[in-house]
Order: sequence, then structure tokens, then C-alpha cells
Amino acid sequence: MLTLENVSVNYGAIEALTGVSMHVEQGEVVTLIGANGAGKTTTLRTITGLLQPRQGKVIFEGEDISAKPTHKLVARGISMSPEGRGVFANLSVRENLQMGAYLKKNKTEIAADMERAFKMFPRLKERESQKAGTLSGGEQQMLAMGRALMSNPRLLLLDEPSLGLAPLVVHTIFEAIDEIKSKGTTILLVEQNAHAALGHSDRAYVLETGRIVMEGPSKDLANDPRIKEAYLGE
Amino acid sequence: MPTFIKRILGLVIVVFLLVAVNAWMGREGLFGFGLPYYYAEILNLTGISIILAVSLNLITGFTGQFSIGHAGFMAVGAYASVFMTVYYSDSAEQWLTSLLGATLAQSLVFLGVIIVGALVAALAGLVVGIPSLRLRGDYLAIVTLGFAEIIRIVILNIDRVGGATGFRGRVPPWDGRLIIPAYANFIWIGGFAIITIVVVYNIVNSDVGRALISIREDELASEAMGVNTTRYKVIAFVISSSFAGIAGALFGHFRQFLHTNDFQFIRSIEIIIMIVLGGMGSITGAVLGAIVITILPELLRKLPGDLYGYRLVIYSALLILIMLTRPQGVMGAKEFGISWLKRAQRRPEGDKPIGEKGVPIAQQSTSPNLDQPKEIEHR
Repeated sequence: MLTLENVSVNYGAIEALTGVSMHVEQGEVVTLIGANGAGKTTTLRTITGLLQPRQGKVIFEGEDISAKPTHKLVARGISMSPEGRGVFANLSVRENLQMGAYLKKNKTEIAADMERAFKMFPRLKERESQKAGTLSGGEQQMLAMGRALMSNPRLLLLDEPSLGLAPLVVHTIFEAIDEIKSKGTTILLVEQNAHAALGHSDRAYVLETGRIVMEGPSKDLANDPRIKEAYLGE
Repeated sequence: MPTFIKRILGLVIVVFLLVAVNAWMGREGLFGFGLPYYYAEILNLTGISIILAVSLNLITGFTGQFSIGHAGFMAVGAYASVFMTVYYSDSAEQWLTSLLGATLAQSLVFLGVIIVGALVAALAGLVVGIPSLRLRGDYLAIVTLGFAEIIRIVILNIDRVGGATGFRGRVPPWDGRLIIPAYANFIWIGGFAIITIVVVYNIVNSDVGRALISIREDELASEAMGVNTTRYKVIAFVISSSFAGIAGALFGHFRQFLHTNDFQFIRSIEIIIMIVLGGMGSITGAVLGAIVITILPELLRKLPGDLYGYRLVIYSALLILIMLTRPQGVMGAKEFGISWLKRAQRRPEGDKPIGEKGVPIAQQSTSPNLDQPKEIEHR
């Protein structure tokens, strides 16, 4: 579904990604783990067109999207919940979700999608008319994910959904990820919380200083001694 | 009452009020009561300020793009429309007068040159906006500031519009109108102020408006929702510029004299002060700011004795005081209206404590045994 072919990205003279190749298949949850500065966010930014690869290609459903502007991706079926959640703080929860369905014109469809989001995150329903900026971190993350789902994406990109959240809320978020997967949406999950990410994904890639150093089924990686030592702290 | 009847009724009342106020401000007055010219002038300038502030609020307050070149677009509109009036409208007005009578002919000509002013300013907005709206924050501010100065200095060097001596009518070779006709009165100025408010209100409360606000809130997330942010920023910038152009056209035909000194950097800053004071992202706030900033310096002239000499000090002190007590502006992002009075009595639904024992659910759900990790701020 999504393939990165030998992608290298530079910030000026500094190389952030070096020859990254990875693929995400239909229906999978693939996670990209790595330490701070390993290039996780850079990878997502390259997929979403915020950064242009110096070399290599990003291919989505057979088409090269490396040079496509970010706003064109939603129509192609890619939706992103950005790092730091990026909810529209001064818009209400409802308006935030409406923004997620920005490209849709059909009112009944939007209403149905919104019901679905509320069903997945009942907390959001309770806070429907509240400004998003007044929500707790966990609620904001739920909103960011609910909003990203409003466009019925085929591929959902999640950037650090557990960042800065209390352990119990992290649990809720990962349950939601399982639920999204069970409904057939493919997910690329970028996470620092390797433990949770490996527990809720099918396959994983490990990034270190801009290179993919390991890849494989999440279960195997979770049992790999090197991963245990470096990322799981065991 | 059906909506369209309400609207027509509203329109009739507005027109009636404008005509009445205009008559009151005129030389004969209304029923023997007249407003001295000094006050009438302040009222007219307030109307022009409202157009400027509300239109700047669309780009700065709602879209979050900091532009400090609004006076530049006003200058473009002013000079373009007055240029048309002085050099190209005379014969048209004579021809229309023979057909429709003097009043209607004047109105049509004036409407024509206002549209010219608005279009030329919009074009200038487009030319500046397309390259510069890719920039963010301070960089955009610098570009718009630079543009406004370039415009001013270019105009200063065009002899056809008076150059450094100012533009009050035809210049050699004496082929246009002797003086700029005083087309603008309160019906025009007040009318366009209301049109500006209505247009900006409708934009802000539409899908486009929500896209604009989302750009202000988080440009990256907005882009991720499929909003073509550059395009929307340019649209907002062009609309904003065209209203600045209209304000300029009204200003030119009201003052009957244009000089580039009226469109200096300080003028742009003054418009920004209006919206910062009134509240960025509030239309009524911008109106309030425009009224205060236009009227306050004149009110302070009334200070008795020695205090009069300190009026600019007092003016600055008052602005500082307002900003200290209301840093988000007098209105913040809220609007003042009839519904505002009703709403103020009950708390917004979202503020109600939900869940057991009145504790917000957000706090209940996290484990009480754990110290909550501090929320990381990502701005």
C-alpha cells in the first residue's frame, strides 16, 4: 500500500534519513520505533509531503507521492494525526471533527462519521461543544485521532499518540488503535513508547540515526535481546 | 417572520438610519439639530477605521497572518480611485447626469471608482500575497511592511498624482478635474462599514472561515485536513486588501486631498492597535477598537489646562493600561451581540462538571495513585 524506496532526506547539510526503505501493507498496523532524533517524525513528514526526499521515492497505492503537497493527500486516502496532536484549540470538539471532514460535502455522511467518532471516543461526545484547548491531553489525542478518521482514510498516520499522556490514557489510546485496525484501516504508527507500540502492531521498523537497523514482526522484535536492552529497558 | 423579510426590514432600517445620520451631519442639520463639522468628520473617519480594522482582522485575527502593510493597500485603493475620478470620470458623469440627474450620476461614478480602488488594491494584495504568504510569522510582517513602504515611495514619485505636493486635483497639463469632488458622505462610509462587517461575518461563519481559523490554530494540522493553506491565506489576504482599498477610496473622496504621509508605517500600526485592543478574532472587538482609537485622541484634546499638553502621554498610558488588564483585547475572541447578553447569564455547557461528585471525567479516568505526568506544551 505504502512503500518508501531508499529515501534520504536532508535538513540543509545534515542528513536526517539515509536510504530508508519500508513498506506498509493493506490492513496492517506497522510501527516505527526509535529514540529521539532517530528520524521518526522526519519519515512521517516525508510521507506527508512536508519534506521532499533528496533521493528515493514514496509510493502510495502505486503512485509516487513524494512531490505531492500535503493537502492533496487527504483526498487520496491518507490522514494524519500530527505530533503534539495539533487540535484547533479555539474551535469546539464538534468543529474540530468537522474540519476533519473538510473535503466532504455530504452532510448526512459527515453526521454519520461524527457519530462513529463519538462512539469510538464517548468522552468526545460529552465535550462536544467545549473548546478543544480546554480538553485534557488524552482527550486532545482522542480528538486528533477522531478528526483524522473523519475523512475515512485508507491509511492513518499516527505521530507519537502516547506522548505526554498518563499510563491509563495511553492504554485507552492503544485500545482505540486496535479498534481502528479491526475496522480495516491501515495504520503507520510512530512511537517512542516501544513497549506499547510493539504490543499493538503487526510489524515494526527500528530507526537509529536515520537508518533502519532492524525490522520484522513485532512479536519477534519484542523478544529480541537488543531491542529489550535498548528500547524496553529490560 | 421569514428570514428574507427580516433582512429586507433590516436593510430598510439601516438605510434610513444612515440617511438620517448623514442629514444630521450635513450643513442644514436634521430638524434644526446639526452636528458640528468637527464631530461629523470624526464620525466619518471612525467609519473608515472600522472598514480598515475589520478587514485587517480577517487576515490577522482570523487567519493568523501578521500583516503590517494595511496602510499600503489603503494607499493603493485611495490613489487608484481618486486618479480615476480626477482624470477619467468627468465626461462619464456629465453624460450620466443628462440621463439620470446629478445625484444618481454622482453615485454611479463614485461606486465605479470605489470598485476600481478595491480591484487595484486586491490585485496588489494578490501580487504581494502569492509569494509572501508562504512565509510565516515575522517574515510575512517584514515583507508586508516593506511592500507598504515601497508603495508609498513609488506614489511619492508619480507626478501625475501630485507627488510630494499631494494630490488635490489635476496637475499639469491640466486635463482633469480641478479638485477631487467630495463624493463620500456618511451614507457611503457608514454603508461600506456595515457591508464590510456583514461580509467578514459571513466569511468567518462559513466553511471558508473555519478553514481560515484552522490555519491560525495550527497550520500543519490544517494542511493535514486537506486545506490548501496557501490558497486560503491568499484569498483572505486579497479580500482584506480590497476592503482596505475601499477604505482608501472613501478616505480620498472624503478628505479631497491625498498625501503619502497619510499612509505611513504608523498608519498600519494604528490599525493593528485597533484590532489588538479590541480583540484579535472578534469582529465586534475590531469595531470597538476602531471607534476607541479614532475617537480617544480627539477626546483627549478636551482635557483642561496643563493636562492638554500631556494628551499623547495619557493616550499611551491608557492603551498600556487596557493591554495590561485585557491582554487578549477587550473582546478577546468573543463577539458582542444580543445573544451574548443572554448567554452571559448561564455558563457554557462545556464548563459544567461532568461525572461523579462533580469531578470532570478527565481527572477521574487517570489513575489517582500515579503522579500525573506534566503535559508537554508543543507550541
